[in-house]
Amino acid sequence: MITLENVSIAYGTGPRAVTAVRDLTLAVAEGEAVGLVGESGSGKSTVLRAVAGLIPYASGEITLAGVRVDRRRTTAQRKMSQMVFQDPYGSLHPNQTVDQILALPVAIHRLDRGEARIVQALGEVGLGREHRYRYPHQLSGGQRQRVAIARALILEPRILLLDEPTSALDVSVQAEILNLLARLRRGRGLTLLMVSHDLAVIAHLCERIGVMNGGRLVEITTATAMASNQVTHDYTRELLRSNAGFDRSSVVGTAQPAPRHHDI
Amino acid sequence: MTDPLLTVRNLSVTYPGDDGDVRAVRNVSFTLGRERLGIVGESGSGKSTTGRAIMGLVSHPGRIAADELRLGDTDLRGLSERGFRRLRGKRIAMVLQDPKYSLDPVMSVGQQIAETHRSHLGSNKRDARRAALEMLEAVHIRDPERVYTMYPHQVSGGMGQRVMIAMMLIAGPDILIADEPTSALDVTVQTQVLAILDELVRRRGMGLLLVSHNLHLISSFCDRVLVMYAGQVLETCEAGKLAEAKHPYTRGLLAALPRLGDRRTELPQLQRDPAWLADIA
Repeated sequence: MITLENVSIAYGTGPRAVTAVRDLTLAVAEGEAVGLVGESGSGKSTVLRAVAGLIPYASGEITLAGVRVDRRRTTAQRKMSQMVFQDPYGSLHPNQTVDQILALPVAIHRLDRGEARIVQALGEVGLGREHRYRYPHQLSGGQRQRVAIARALILEPRILLLDEPTSALDVSVQAEILNLLARLRRGRGLTLLMVSHDLAVIAHLCERIGVMNGGRLVEITTATAMASNQVTHDYTRELLRSNAGFDRSSVVGTAQPAPRHHDI
Repeated sequence: MTDPLLTVRNLSVTYPGDDGDVRAVRNVSFTLGRERLGIVGESGSGKSTTGRAIMGLVSHPGRIAADELRLGDTDLRGLSERGFRRLRGKRIAMVLQDPKYSLDPVMSVGQQIAETHRSHLGSNKRDARRAALEMLEAVHIRDPERVYTMYPHQVSGGMGQRVMIAMMLIAGPDILIADEPTSALDVTVQTQVLAILDELVRRRGMGLLLVSHNLHLISSFCDRVLVMYAGQVLETCEAGKLAEAKHPYTRGLLAALPRLGDRRTELPQLQRDPAWLADIA
């Protein structure tokens, strides 16, 4: 459904260009859920943005459902992949009601039955009629993220791109949103590509997990292998250890932090 | 624990709202010795407000009331802003979530650390500089001389947070309040910053109050945990035994966490019992 073949993505041009992603190759089958983990600056969100068509890529090839895509896309290609961002505060227009927010993609894509679609999308994400004419600031964080998911779903995409969809939310709300995403995926056969720094969250939704470091995909593994610690790359091991919480014994003797590229 | 560094008894923080007063913190009591005490809770549970109340940072129109709020032998109730300014940094310090917003952007990080030393210890420029360099070394910054002259936008998040810790510890406070000190950092950097915090707090025999929403972090890092909900402490337990917590809220939170190696099709969602909102004491 999604394939990336030797994709490199750079920000800026000429001598000041920064290559954020290098020679990345990844294939996501239809109905599959794949996660990308890595630190900030590892390029994981950049991959997502290039797949969504928000930024161009420098070399390689991205195909969606077998068709090569670039930043310029047809309306139908845009409709196929929709994105949900991390911070529902920032991704919803503060001066528009939920109704307006959901009506806009319907209008842009000239879809019929706008009214019915809005009601259905709200229902699917577990929001009621009473939420339809509210502004984002009148909703809780979890409700706002539901609106963002509804806005993505209203176009009936086949691919859902999730950029840290739950990291701004409380644990109890995170569980609700993860359950919602899992249910929608089962119900609609969605293909998911998701980015998070939380291994447990990624492993909950995704079968396969790609580990990124310094713009490269250093390892592709499965949630099951992660859980049983059967990973090959050192960086993945470090991620696993850090995700398990603070372990005093693992730190003693290594109190001097390992050199990192962004510490310089 | 014979001589607590901090004693809090029936602390309440109230903000006036449109529909009457909002009680952000209700009757919170605890003592802090030379240990690592964690406060865990969701947003709006009052965990940060508790920390801010101890620092004297609840500003008008918020009101603080307590039967006892004592730092060593100093009564913090009704202490003037001037009195608090003498305490902050010297005896009680606070590290906030994001170093980007808590460091002065137009002053080199070294100067900011040295300034703390000068204002609290009355030292001269040269001594303050030397102390700041030593402190940068203590938080494991390689090449302190170079980092001393850097500005906050030139340092990474993990380094910025280490600079914050250096600045907070330079005057030798008894108590450090860390409010989500690692939430803005990458997981691998989190561990390093926590290790530094742990090392310094142990070596100096300080008391640490760690405020976080992260259950894993609190249970693996702290000695004791207070679980807060709607402004109250619902449960206190040993951090290592958080998994055996009794209160249905704590249990619900733990169950709602996705876990590696345990793929459940549905995560149990927290069912909030209105009874948890009732006043406990």
